[in-house]
Amino acid sequence: MATAPTQQHKLIGKDFVVSDVEAKVTGRAKYVEDFRADGMVFCKTLTSPIPHAKIRSIDTSAAMKMPGVLGILTADDVPQFPPPAPGILAKDETFYVGEPILAIAADTEENAVAAIEAVKIDFQQLPHVVDPLESLFPGGPNAREGGNVAAGQIKLQTVKWDGADFAAAGEAKLPLGRPAEEWTYGDVDAGFKKAKVIVEENFVSATYSHNCMETRSAFAYWQGGKCFLHGSNQSHTAAIANISRYIGIKPNQLVFIAEYCGGGFGSKIPGYPNMAIAALMSKKINRPVMHHISRDEEYGIGSARPGFQGYIKMGFAPNGKITAADLYIVQESGPMPTAGDFRAAGACMSLVYQPEAMRFRSVPVLTNTIPVGAQRGPGENQFVSVIEPMIDKAARQLNMDRFDIRILNAPDSNSKFGPDQGPVTSAFLKDALAKLRTLANWDELKKKSGQKNGTKVTGIGIGQGYHSAGTNGFDGLVRITPDGKLHVHTGVGNLGTHSWASTARVPADLLNVSWDNVIIERGDTRRGLPFNSPQAGSLTASTESRTMYAAAMDMKDKLTDIAAKMLGGKPEDYELGDEKVVHKGGGRSITYQQAALKAIELGGKYSGKEVPGELNPITKSAVAMIAGSGLVAAAKDKVPRVGTTPGLTCNLAEVEIDTETGVVEIKQCMSVVDVGTVLFPLGLGHQIASGQVHGIGMAHLERHLYDAKLGIPAAMGFHEGKVPTYLDIPPNMIWQAVEKPDPQHPLGIKGVGEPAMGSGASCITSAIADALGGHLFNRTPVSGDMILNHLSGRPPAHKPLQVNTV
Amino acid sequence: MADTGKTGSNPSDQSSIRATRRSVIKGVIASGVAVSAVGYVVYERSARRSAAGAVERLITLNVNGRDRRVDVAPHETLAQTVRNKLGLTGTKLSCDRAECGACTVMLDGVTTYSCSTLTHSVRNRKIITIEGIAGPNGGLHKVQQAMIDELGPQCGFCTPGQVVAAVALLNNNPKPTLDEVRRGMSGNLCKCGAYDHYLKAIMRASQEA
Repeated sequence: MATAPTQQHKLIGKDFVVSDVEAKVTGRAKYVEDFRADGMVFCKTLTSPIPHAKIRSIDTSAAMKMPGVLGILTADDVPQFPPPAPGILAKDETFYVGEPILAIAADTEENAVAAIEAVKIDFQQLPHVVDPLESLFPGGPNAREGGNVAAGQIKLQTVKWDGADFAAAGEAKLPLGRPAEEWTYGDVDAGFKKAKVIVEENFVSATYSHNCMETRSAFAYWQGGKCFLHGSNQSHTAAIANISRYIGIKPNQLVFIAEYCGGGFGSKIPGYPNMAIAALMSKKINRPVMHHISRDEEYGIGSARPGFQGYIKMGFAPNGKITAADLYIVQESGPMPTAGDFRAAGACMSLVYQPEAMRFRSVPVLTNTIPVGAQRGPGENQFVSVIEPMIDKAARQLNMDRFDIRILNAPDSNSKFGPDQGPVTSAFLKDALAKLRTLANWDELKKKSGQKNGTKVTGIGIGQGYHSAGTNGFDGLVRITPDGKLHVHTGVGNLGTHSWASTARVPADLLNVSWDNVIIERGDTRRGLPFNSPQAGSLTASTESRTMYAAAMDMKDKLTDIAAKMLGGKPEDYELGDEKVVHKGGGRSITYQQAALKAIELGGKYSGKEVPGELNPITKSAVAMIAGSGLVAAAKDKVPRVGTTPGLTCNLAEVEIDTETGVVEIKQCMSVVDVGTVLFPLGLGHQIASGQVHGIGMAHLERHLYDAKLGIPAAMGFHEGKVPTYLDIPPNMIWQAVEKPDPQHPLGIKGVGEPAMGSGASCITSAIADALGGHLFNRTPVSGDMILNHLSGRPPAHKPLQVNTV
Repeated sequence: MADTGKTGSNPSDQSSIRATRRSVIKGVIASGVAVSAVGYVVYERSARRSAAGAVERLITLNVNGRDRRVDVAPHETLAQTVRNKLGLTGTKLSCDRAECGACTVMLDGVTTYSCSTLTHSVRNRKIITIEGIAGPNGGLHKVQQAMIDELGPQCGFCTPGQVVAAVALLNNNPKPTLDEVRRGMSGNLCKCGAYDHYLKAIMRASQEA
């Protein structure tokens, strides 16, 4: 089944110039707010100034008389979604500071702001909560009137733990009250009984904002009954159904233009409610509407990674094998059930560390903090960042090498994981770790661990990362026009991972088309874009190279069909040469231009006039837009895939901690990745390096800060946030790939984006612990003041399980 | 941020107005609010202190080597003017509060956060935006070419600011060390974390003639 990367590939596995980079470096790339339209007006939203309230009444009479005001949208004007699902504009109850309540359009943005300031709202303030444990405490506040616990597949409910649970736990331990979800495999008690070493810890990982550089501004106008929407979104066609739902129109009424996306990190996957405001306001006032989102507003609606308050107990056999694991995660979920990170953390424990038996419990608690959602490695990355230093603690107690203990517990291709003990399509993490050990010259490097140099002390850390990294079943669409160009139609969006371009290399490679003769159709649904996977979940490289493969195979069949029709013989008598179809006996051939012209003449399936019924409706309408313009190949990816396709990575970091200042200087980082066949080395390296940067942010810098008493956020900017800068990263990052193809992918490709960050974060937390003689902070981010307090024997500035603090 | 040499720190022209965030806000408060030609607000939280008073004035700005006549409100920022009135949308607004550098332009060769620079304060300065970095015939600057070759950007939103900052840095220090580049660029954030590739590109550009 699998085709290993071989010499025959001219494009796959080779570097190339990504065609949109020139637009990015010259400023010609147009993002949402770079568009204009005649008659364009502006809208602004009124957002909640308090964390939890009933809206008793809204008085807009004065606002509507303000100069330039053109219209207003309230919750009554927009589609409603049953609570606790996120809404577009708050109705009756508001749940966080920054939540949009209504929008006003005016001829200028300043007039819209002035009108917003003239709106009078009568709020009845309700009790609020920013710490999940406070909400679980008997009599503690609920973030919503309807309850305090909800998630996907967990209906809104109220969960309060017993006072006795809290009393027994004390401040330093997580009370282990009634969970909302629980699963077990194997005999956990027996596993702990046979363990030689037990590691039992409580931990916290911080909630923190996505902080996309481009805020989620939207621009919309209507023409011919269709809504033209410019949005900042990391997926394209995968988002159309959802965005249409927010606007309340049919998917074929939406023209979605999203050629560039200024950062998403998981917060712009299927569209978001805010997009509907510009669209619905434009419909209401019949003017093009620009809805500019300021940095302050972005903080409220721009999403965040949920934090954890957790407990874990792991048993280790004398040889280092993990015999049992018991994991409990309380998730800070924001006010809506929008994140499943807790589940991903449980699966991550089971897959990456392969405990012989495991119990997982969790409770996702709603809080009056900003809505949370997927952020690069949602769940897995928070988890490995706190777990990896604990693996080192076990290794110390067992007197084991830190690579040995990881290699022993790492999954291979026969491994099972999760509550269902499901399979993986391939796993070469053991190989990656072995390769990293060699790359690092480990036996020499590890001697630096704990070495002092003046006020500085060195730490070496290893980290691992996992995220599923490929799925299947989407549609591919390619076309050859009579000028001989291969048009690769892609609906995957442009998050900045360059995978829309690297996956387009696949059909060019398989069809022997020169890269110069490829035109990539993307960014605007009017270009005929097929139904593709979200650009999320480390999916694109693997998933869309499958759809490209399907389309290329369909194109190949059609090319040989047409050659047989034109030159005689059977299709199987022909093969593909360089942009021509050649008779295997030699001599006779047709060019791709001739084939495209013939396809138009033949019509039917050749020109896109007929399409397979199994294609998604979005793909069918895309084909309809281009039908008759050339030789069209549209095909659904049907290559079988059984199990989870895991992307697996490991990183190593060397850090130096200044014991007088608490400053952590990262001296070097390296990474080895199990991503199957390498599709685009330069792009892969970019993901690995940026994953390391994001990992540094998680391990060491980024967090939310809330005033618990007032429920007001205090870290609403990049530097309060606090995102990494050029000064926070190591001078050089090196990487290698295992390069073992995934056997359940036609080209062997797996993704990398998210695991690269998890291992990037966890190698830093491990290295900091190592520099400090194995001290576990059991918290991310590990900030400089935490290090200083520890070194000087002072207690931490925060309580052990406190969240939303420095 | 103190050592990034960004805002109003042109050593050759200390007499010029130091366009700090504070002076922007003071400008807004003092002048009240005017309706700009394209309607964007300056700072919504400090705007509209007074409904009357501020008027746009026709001034001349030297942008990318050309004199441009443009109506400018007293509280208008340079980022707003170039984006909304001169159509130069390559300059990006991200934080709009002098934190991120997406709006970086050059004033007399020195990088400045245009989101926090009052347009009226730069009337006699030479302003270079990202659109003025390439050669007159559209030939790419060596920094731009190196960023293509090294695959510098990810999402690209911070990239114009990164390019302007890198060009200014190499103009002042043609053969910087890696550490000098890190320090010189540290006022430009990239949330994608593309720093490693940007650094490689800038070092590559510095090695070209």
